[in-house]
Formats: sequence, structure tokens, C-alpha cells
Amino acid sequence: MNRLIKIILLDILKNKIVLAYAIILGILSWSSFALEDNSAKGILTILNVILFTVPLVSVLFSTIYIYNSSEFIELLLGQPIRRSKIWISLFLSLSISMVLAFFVGAGIPLLINSPDAVGLMMITTGCMISVIFVALAFLSSILTRDKAKGIGISIMTWLYFALLFDGIVLFLLFQCAEYPIENAMVGITALSPIDLARILILLHLDVSAMMGYTGAIFKDFFGTSVGLVISFLLLFLWAAIPFMLSLRKFRRKDL
Amino acid sequence: MIEIKELHKKFGKLEVLKNVNLSCSKQECIALIGPNGCGKTTLIKAVLGMVIPDRGLIEFDGKTTFRQFKYRENIGYMPQIGRYPDYMTIAQIIDMIKKIRNSNTPLDEDLYHAFELEKMQNKQMRTLSGGTTQKVSAVLAFLFNPDVLILDEPTAGLDPLASEILKEKIIREKEKGKLILITSHLLSELDDLVTEIIFMQEGQVVFHKKVDQLQTETKENKISKAIAKILREQRDEQVN
Repeated sequence: MNRLIKIILLDILKNKIVLAYAIILGILSWSSFALEDNSAKGILTILNVILFTVPLVSVLFSTIYIYNSSEFIELLLGQPIRRSKIWISLFLSLSISMVLAFFVGAGIPLLINSPDAVGLMMITTGCMISVIFVALAFLSSILTRDKAKGIGISIMTWLYFALLFDGIVLFLLFQCAEYPIENAMVGITALSPIDLARILILLHLDVSAMMGYTGAIFKDFFGTSVGLVISFLLLFLWAAIPFMLSLRKFRRKDL
Repeated sequence: MIEIKELHKKFGKLEVLKNVNLSCSKQECIALIGPNGCGKTTLIKAVLGMVIPDRGLIEFDGKTTFRQFKYRENIGYMPQIGRYPDYMTIAQIIDMIKKIRNSNTPLDEDLYHAFELEKMQNKQMRTLSGGTTQKVSAVLAFLFNPDVLILDEPTAGLDPLASEILKEKIIREKEKGKLILITSHLLSELDDLVTEIIFMQEGQVVFHKKVDQLQTETKENKISKAIAKILREQRDEQVN
């Protein structure tokens, strides 16, 4: 397993895109801290940048990389290697490189400028978001053999979670404003890993005081340690379930 | 060595393999022939575990191959169209496979030298011609001294010199007692190689016979003529 991961990891890191991604994240993080006068505001800026770019890069880069590895996968299938091992090695290598790029680009400035619970929370959720979107990339690329279709599905996934989901939630919120839906809202956030991550971090910032009644309900749930554990568990499931589904499909695929 | 029992495979609605039963033993050089799209490559890929059959059993050395991978240590596979990562060089590909296999058996680099691949070992795979890619596939198939060699159209795309080198290599390996499975359309090329013939048509095995048996039955010396004769007889039977 390790040999395979090493080979794939070296191949990914040779690809300059991961390096460029890390540098861009670095520039964004350093400049947000430099532009804002206090680190809490800086964190808020970074949060929005991260929740927008990290999923996009993770899901797109991984999808394209998996499609480009089809020859490599074919070559390995004739060798005495377990099928699932090929797929898992690919997943681990892509996850490691995405997490590494995130850590180097955004993690280091966060640790230096905001070395507290919020900073750490941000790094952990950022890493988890990276892995989740790598897993979603695996699912969308196993669904179809057509590269253009696969990349399309990936972009749709990102679009849905980054933009559409918020729109739908807002719409629901206004439509049902007269009903007591605050508790239901907590449940709905579990349906999108990006929103889950956003709320987790927001509630650790002072701005959560301005979020009104819904904010208070959120704080009641996500602020407790049980809520924290549940939300991390949910984030973990968001990575595990798509990947497991893709693994199941890969093991039965004709190549 | 390889036993195939009641193998079925469908791609969508298309039945590619219909109840295939075969038994291949050591020290044979078997030619798998048949018209395009009759399921030869699918059958080979099923043996290698690249295509998952719908029903049926494939045994290698008496053990099922379903969901196994170890048995592939004993198989050298040369695909019809080898697909390799574009930006890796010949040397890197061979190196990578060696690392992945991590085997202790002495390597067989005869073909690597015979094809003079060291001269272009730093060329990237995407820059190679079809024939050179075939040479790389052949080198990889023979590299680990496998007991079974599965060669899918090995000489297609090779120049006469290279295909002669490959044929000589196949004969040498056959004499070592290995099982060799070849698919080919060029029947004339098979004359001095094969000992058994499997003829497939529309996903079914039409016959599986020893070459000498075939020759005495049809009273023809050349394999190509013997096959043509059988096909003609078959067609006449259908007409009648």
C-alpha cells in the first residue's frame, strides 16, 4: 500500500497545480490578516475565501486527476494488486496532497495570526472539507466514463453546495418565517458540509452574538461538546459515505 | 492450470460471453481465434479479473480467481492496445512496475535488450509510436518470468524484425513449460507456434482442439486452411 501511495503522491506533487494552489491560498490568507486590523475580522474574510475555493479546487483537481489516471489504473489492474487497494491509494494520495496544500497555504498563517481555538477549528474543518470534496470527486468520476460529463457533475456538486444550497435555505427561511423552524434549521445544515463547517466556525467567533434567535438555537446545539462531536461525525460521514459508494462501484466495474 | 466453467458476461443487453467452458493446461501454446467482437479480449480480461463475469467460475491452479489478486503474480499480460501514463518515460514505467511487484524472482530482460529499448528509455510514453508501445507491453509481460503468458494480438503493429524476435521469445518460453495464450488474426503467423486452437464465435467456443488433431481431421497442413475448411463445412451445414 505504502509503495503505491508514494508513487502516486510523488506524481501529484510533481504537478505544479498543487503548488500553485498552496501559494494562492497563502497569498489570500496572509493578505486577509494584513488588511484587517483585528484577527477576528481576518478570520471571517479567510473563512469565506476558504469555503469557496477549497471545495472547488479539491473537487475539480481530483476529478480530472482520476480521469487522467485511467491508464495508470488499467496498467495496475494486470498486476498482483487488490482492486480496492488501487482506489484507496489514489484517494489517500489525493487527500494527503490537498490537505498538505491547505495546511501550507492557509494553516500556517492561521496558526501564526490566530493561535487559538478558532484558528485550530478553522484548520481542522478546512482539512475535512478538502477530504470531503476529494471523496465527492471520486463518486462523480466513477458514475460515468465520459470525462466531460464527470467534470460537469463535479462542478454541479460544487455549485450546489457552495451557492444553491444557501439559496434554498434562505428561500425556505423566508417562506416559513412564521413557523418555529429554528430546530429544523439545525438539521438542514447537516445536509451540506460547507454550511456545517461555516456554522461551526462562526459560532466560535464573537459575531455569533449578532445572529439573533436562530443563532442562539445554533449555539445551543453546536456550542455544546455533544453538538461539536456530532457535527464532526457528520463531516466524517460526508467524506466516508461518498468514497465507500465509489469504492463499491469500482470493485464491480469492468475495465 | 486455467479452468473456465460456464462463464457468462453481458455488457448491457449485448451477450459477449455465452456459457464458455475451457480448460488450459501447462506446456501448451494455445491460440484463441475468432472474428472481431467474438469475445476473445473479454474472455482474457475476465481471466485477469479486469472484467467481472456475471456467472460462472474461473480457476487458476485449482483456486478461484474471484476477488483474488495473488494469482496475477504468475501471469504476464500483454494488452492489445497498451495504455500508459502519458508523461512517464519507458524507464520510469518499468521501474514503477518493478517497485510495485517488489518480487525476488530474477528478472527476464531479454526482450528489453533485444528491442533495444535502452536507447530510448528516456522517451515519454505519449511520444512513442504504436509499435514501440507494443514493445514496452511485451517487455512488461515477460519481465517477471510468469508461468502463464497471455498475449492479446502480440504481433499486431510490430515490424517484421520485432515480431520475429517476439515469436522466438515465445517459442523459448513455451519450451520452458509455460502456458501461453495468444489471440491473433494472422493465422499464418501461428503455424510454428501453437499446439492447441480455441475457436470462438459470437461469444461461444466453437471448438477447442489440438493442432495435429485438427490437421488429421481436415487433411490440411496449414492452420489457416484447416480453419477455413471447418468454417466452410459449418456454413454448408447451415445452408442445408
